[in-house]
Amino acid sequence: MSTQPPPRTARRGAVLVAALVALLGLPLAACGGSGSGSDSGSGSSGQSPAAQAPAKTLTVSAAASLTEVYQSLGQQFQAANPGVTVKFNFGGSDQLAQQVVQGAPADVLATASPTTMQTAVAAGKIQGDPLIYATNKLQIAVAPNNPKQITSLADLNKPGVTSVVCAPAVPCGAAATAAEKAANVTLKPVSEEQDVKGVLTRVETGNADGGLVYVTDVKSAAGKVAGVDFPQASAKGVTQTYPIGVVTGSADPQLAQSWVSFVTGPQGKAALTQAGFATK
Amino acid sequence: MSGVPRFLWVPAVLAWLLVAVPVVGLVVRVDLSNFVSLVTSDAALAALWLSLKTGLATMVCCLVLGGPLAVVLARSHLPGLPFIRSVVLLPLVLPPVVGGLTLLFLLGRTGPVGAFLYDRFDITVPFSTTAVVLAQTFVAMPFLVVSLEGSLRTAGERYEAVAATLGASPVTTLWRVTIPVVLPGLLSGSVLAFARALGEFGATITFAGSLQGTTRTLPLLIYLQSQDDIDGAVAMSLVLVVVAILVIVVSRTRDVR
Repeated sequence: MSTQPPPRTARRGAVLVAALVALLGLPLAACGGSGSGSDSGSGSSGQSPAAQAPAKTLTVSAAASLTEVYQSLGQQFQAANPGVTVKFNFGGSDQLAQQVVQGAPADVLATASPTTMQTAVAAGKIQGDPLIYATNKLQIAVAPNNPKQITSLADLNKPGVTSVVCAPAVPCGAAATAAEKAANVTLKPVSEEQDVKGVLTRVETGNADGGLVYVTDVKSAAGKVAGVDFPQASAKGVTQTYPIGVVTGSADPQLAQSWVSFVTGPQGKAALTQAGFATK
Repeated sequence: MSGVPRFLWVPAVLAWLLVAVPVVGLVVRVDLSNFVSLVTSDAALAALWLSLKTGLATMVCCLVLGGPLAVVLARSHLPGLPFIRSVVLLPLVLPPVVGGLTLLFLLGRTGPVGAFLYDRFDITVPFSTTAVVLAQTFVAMPFLVVSLEGSLRTAGERYEAVAATLGASPVTTLWRVTIPVVLPGLLSGSVLAFARALGEFGATITFAGSLQGTTRTLPLLIYLQSQDDIDGAVAMSLVLVVVAILVIVVSRTRDVR
């Protein structure tokens, strides 16, 4: 050891260490915090007068394809239930089901396939039977006015036509594979995308002539692509069904149930239909 | 004691752990009983082969194009050289997805160059293995250029000047003097470019798409498998870690030599 450690340098050193640790630690702490915080209300409830019903938060884990519909339904639900804040956790159905199984705080789970819902049901995480309330169909997305005159799945294999589908590993790709089987056609896509929005983008940017996407995606593209119906879209295993269920251990099962009733009720049906879903 | 100030040790160890621990976590997570079948599946072998093939092609492209560029940057006295250099560095700073988009909007079927190629010659660049190499070259080029330009500047122009006074032509000087002197930098730059190409993801998936055997390189396969077959993704990740370590070992021994 040296006899006289220069105190100023040492102090400056300590400050530096503290700063570095803080730099390293802060983002980590922020990451850790976001998982548990379901009470840091990001609510749009304006003034929350104490005279009205006590503030409640409803957490809904929902498939990414439900984003637009659920957000608009969330607004309506909050307006109809003063004091209630609806928070959404949108993501891949598989991921969401896994999160619920591992105890992530959620009151309602709404996935994009019965298989993913079954993951949560099998783990005893859903109260009662999940309810199937909506379906979504594949369509062939083509450029507006369909310049390559694509009217069937087989047309995607025509010379001079480039097609894009989802990879079979993801739900939209599994549906596409089932549709090919039903039509007895083997598509030769130039790319298998990671998700359905990737397929849509390829068609929107004119790099592919046709792509298999959902009716709701064609609707959301608002005129940038046109949708072509094909008969196999209604075959078994091709149509996507949307189940919803109340999560066991929900802090407020009653509120959760009223969300389920709302989504499956007339207002929910109207919003879903408008987005291109078929409702039951 | 060494001359390293003690207060540096804590962040230094943290930094090292931040890199090392996740890799250990990956190794621990590997499903050893199925490892061989997971990494020798058709999809895995196709991706590995494609990655090696496109990585090597990228390295050659970087050498053939980036090598001369580095010489121009280090030796010429063009006006606006700093500007030219900063453009070359752009891919280092840009998110690769942005690189992929720029390539797509240039060479995609509706892009100015892509439309011309498609209409005149019926050539579609995206979705091809060529597109993978283009995307990888875009992101890997600066690694070779920076490394080689650094070597050229460090080596200086003295030997070249001497060669010139002895009557050697600029071409002879380049082959007999400049290149031998900067060979270590050239090699480590090439290895770095190869390594960057192997890891390329964002530009490739945006510009080239993802299709087994044509455009689905190892990183793309790992990302795809992480959606439904996490064991496969982890096994392939381990393969990539091993390849990365090999690359580092190779480039290190070059440095020492």
